Parts: sequence; C-alpha cells; structure tokens
Amino acid sequence: MRLLATTDSSLLERAPVLLRDALSGLLPPPARWTANALIEIVAILAVFGTLFAFLTLAERKILGRVQNRPGPNRTGWFGLLQPFADGIKMLTKEDIVPHAADPVLHYLAPVALIAFSLLTFSVIPYGRDLLAVRMDASVLFFFAAGSATELSVFMAGWSSHNKYSLFAAMRALAQLISYELPLLLSVVPVVLAAGTLSTAGVVAAQSGWKWGLVPHWHVFTPWGAAGFAIFMVSALAESNRSPFDLPEAESELIAGHLTEYSGFKYALFFMAEYFGMCALSGMAVTLFLGGWQAPLPALEFVPSYAWFALKLLALIAGFMWVRATLPRLRIDQLTRLAWKFLVPLALINLGTAAFWSLTYPWGGSLQLLRWAVALALVMGPFLLLGRRLSAGLGARTYRYA
Amino acid sequence: MNTVLVILALATLGTAAVAMSLRNLLHSVLLLTATWAGVAAFYLWAGAEFVAFAQLLVYVGAISMAVLFAVLLTRHSRDDVAAPPAARSRGVYAAAAGAAVAGVLLAAVSLAPLATAPARAPAVSVRQLGGELMGAHAASLLAVAVLLTVALVGAVVLAAGGPPEKPGDTP
Repeated sequence: MRLLATTDSSLLERAPVLLRDALSGLLPPPARWTANALIEIVAILAVFGTLFAFLTLAERKILGRVQNRPGPNRTGWFGLLQPFADGIKMLTKEDIVPHAADPVLHYLAPVALIAFSLLTFSVIPYGRDLLAVRMDASVLFFFAAGSATELSVFMAGWSSHNKYSLFAAMRALAQLISYELPLLLSVVPVVLAAGTLSTAGVVAAQSGWKWGLVPHWHVFTPWGAAGFAIFMVSALAESNRSPFDLPEAESELIAGHLTEYSGFKYALFFMAEYFGMCALSGMAVTLFLGGWQAPLPALEFVPSYAWFALKLLALIAGFMWVRATLPRLRIDQLTRLAWKFLVPLALINLGTAAFWSLTYPWGGSLQLLRWAVALALVMGPFLLLGRRLSAGLGARTYRYA
Repeated sequence: MNTVLVILALATLGTAAVAMSLRNLLHSVLLLTATWAGVAAFYLWAGAEFVAFAQLLVYVGAISMAVLFAVLLTRHSRDDVAAPPAARSRGVYAAAAGAAVAGVLLAAVSLAPLATAPARAPAVSVRQLGGELMGAHAASLLAVAVLLTVALVGAVVLAAGGPPEKPGDTP
C-alpha cells in the first residue's frame, strides 16, 4: 500500500499518485493510510467498471461488423449509451428465484464470484507507481483468488435445483479445473526466470533493451513465446470465452449453470466474466509483455499506465477477434486439448526455460546454438503432440448439412 | 491486533461448529471451505503470506472441489444430501471417535516442546522459503511429490479402466 512517487519521472507519470496524495492529505495523518486504500479501491472499481461497460459495447460492435451488421447503433451516438440502457434494464428486471432453489446459496454464488474476481485486480501493476498491494507472493495470490471462482460456479449450478444447471456446472468445473493446470504451469517458467513471485519484480526483470532496440520481455524468448501462447489459450478457457464458452453456450444450453438466474444476478455473472478476462489479460501483460514498460527507449516519455492500457486493450481485442472467428469446441475435444496437449507442452516448456537460464552466460556463436536448441525444444514437441492430437480425426463430413 | 485474531478465531471456529451441526451435507462442505479460508486468513495475520496463499489455492480451490464431488457422487439423489437424524448408537460412536482424536491431539500438543515465541516474528521471504524447501527439506518434499504422483497415476489407471471406445464414437 506504499505507492511512492519516483522523483525522476515526469509529472504525467506521477499524476495519479499525486492526485491520491492530495485527496488523502486533506485528512489527519492517522486516517491517511485507510483513505489511500479506499481511494485505490474506488479507482480500480471505477476504471474497470467503466471498462466493463464499454467492453460490452465494443464486443457487440466488433462482432456486428465481423458478421456484416451494424451492431447497436440506436442509443446515443454510434450506440455509445447502450451500456447504460443495458444497466438500467438489468436493474429493473424481476429477480426470479426458483421455488425449490436453495435461496442462500443462490444469492451467494454471484456475490462470491464477483468478490473473488475483484480481488485479483489488487496485485496487477498498472504503472510504474500504480500497484495497490505490494506483496512478496502476489503471483500466487492472483491464482489463489482466481481458483475460488470454481466454488461459486458449483454453488450456482447446485442451488438452482435444476438438473440441467447441475450438469452444466459439472461441465464448467471440468473445464475450469482442466485448464487451471496449463495456466499455472505456463506461469512457472516466468517465476523461474525472474526469480521472484511478486508482480512488480517480474516487471522489473523485463526492463531494458538488447542493442537499444529489442525489449527484454519474456515473450521474445523461445520459452516465453510458448508460455504466452499456452497462457492465452488457457485464459480463454478459464474466462469461459469462445471457443471454450461451452459452459454457457447460450445458443445450445440456455446459459448452462446460469439458466435459473435473471436480472441483476445474471448481470453480475456477466460482469465477473469480463473482469476475469481483464484480470487474466493484465496478468499476461505483466508476466510476458513487459508490464508497463515502453517497447522502445525513445517512447519512454509516454506514461507507463498508458502502455499498460494499450497492451491490455490489444489483448482484449484479440479475445474478441477469436470469439468472432472460431466455432465452439465439444467437451471431449476441450478436455483432450488440455490434458494431452497443453499440459505436456507446458511441462516441456519448464525444461526449456531451465535450459535458457542455465545457458545465460553463453556468448558469441554459442548464442546461436542456444537459440537453436531452445527453438527445437519448443517446436519439436508442439509438432509431434499436435500430430498425435489430430491423428485419426480426418476432415469432418457433414451428412445432413 | 488481538481483536483481529479474536474475530478470525471466532469466524473459523464458528463456521466449523455450524458445519458440524447442519443436516445438509453440501452446506456443511461450503462452511468447511469457509473454515479453511479462515485458517488462511489466520496465516496471513501471522505474517506467513506464502503459506496463506498456498492454503487458499490448495484447500479452498482444490480440496473443497474434491470433497464436493465426493459428496455428490456418493448420494443417490439430490434430496439425499440432507442426512436424516442418526440412531443414538451412531451418536455414541461419533462422540467416542471425536473424543479419541481430541485426546490424541491434545496429548501431542501438550507434550510437544513448543518454544515460546520470540518477541519479534522472523521476516521470511518467499525466496528463503524456497531455498529451505529445496535444500534442508528436499527429501520430505520429494517424498510428498512421489506420493502425490503415485496417487495421480492410480487415479488415471482407475479412470482409464473402461472398455476401448468404438471408432465410430468420435467423429
């Protein structure tokens, strides 16, 4: 909770911290610590709440354009007021609880989900001085808080007293548990390379440029690129995004474990999904894309939080593009992809990262050998496992289509 | 500081007590999960950050799921999760078993040579913790890892025991 403004950075860089200190400076000194914490909480809620509102609009607009239709365009200019119309609609809808449902658990499920997904925002460094909670083990905290969302999915499915909701919750749990493994395993090499479990430390480990041009981001190493790919695929599945959105599958399963939810509780689930996507993208930026660091030394005058926002929005746009492009997987294909492909690849990637950090002192022509071996360690298993995964599965024939 | 500890202790013990007294097994499991989260909060209060998050990740995230699945898979119908009041003999057995466990635990705690806590808590970083685990306690870590791997392989063998799939099943 100690956000100290570094003195050598520009005014724009320090602006958020200066603003916070000015606000809490109005209070007597004993209350300042609490005031600072409250201001940080309000800032995170406000920024990500607004981002959520406009992400729903952006997603509908982008999906619309991809499918050759205009998307929402009636409320405000270019549909800009659509999120607020949706919010009012959600708030005024009737909240239906099934007669036989477990009312306490039915109420607690969305609350627990949103609480745990908000907790994850506290450890992401949004800028040079913008990190709400500085902890030694913040990467571990991020995934510990995220893993509690499974519990609320189960609570939602079971408390609805609807056998289809329960089945859907089980399917969702199978997916969440399966993909948590490659997600965590793809993070371990980063911790190995950075030598720290704190998010600020991981970002600091990626500072600097090679030849003043190529940033030292983890994604620009062989194991980092592979880890980033595994992390992003697992993040798609963990946040229930297409093509892994079969827990919800609104067109086929009537929203799965959310069937019995309506009104604002449903909106909370929806919000938690977007928050999860934002948090996982923010973690991907922190772990692999250099966090708030600028890509070039000449571009360092741009405030660090602007770089973070840019990278975050780019990743989220990628999520939306994937949703517009790929069809949904089946549950057996989904689990097979996790257990037979992503988990072995992530384990091998750990070995690649170990090789990479052991051969750190290699120079000259040995550097070429280092790259060749690491690339072979990444590409070889990928090609072999990929061939095995799709073995015996020829092109699909559609008999009745 | 002690008020925080009292609140944490009351929350942890209270959820555990209510979990034992409920008829609905699933409610008990969820309250048990809350108890585990309370233990994690206690670790956090005591300054053991890494242990707290590991507790959260393992118990609240994973073990709770295992227990929930075990409850759901061993019931015949969803109305079966609310256990009927048991016979008096079962209550007597349960009390005897509970008393035995409590006696063993009490004896172990009272006989263990617990050093009185130093005035200041040692600040242990995650890096030091990792060094300790990989250095002095590497053997026990390996033993636990082997045990878990054997359990995992056993689970895979049990799960893969069915008849082979017909080729037409997977389009």
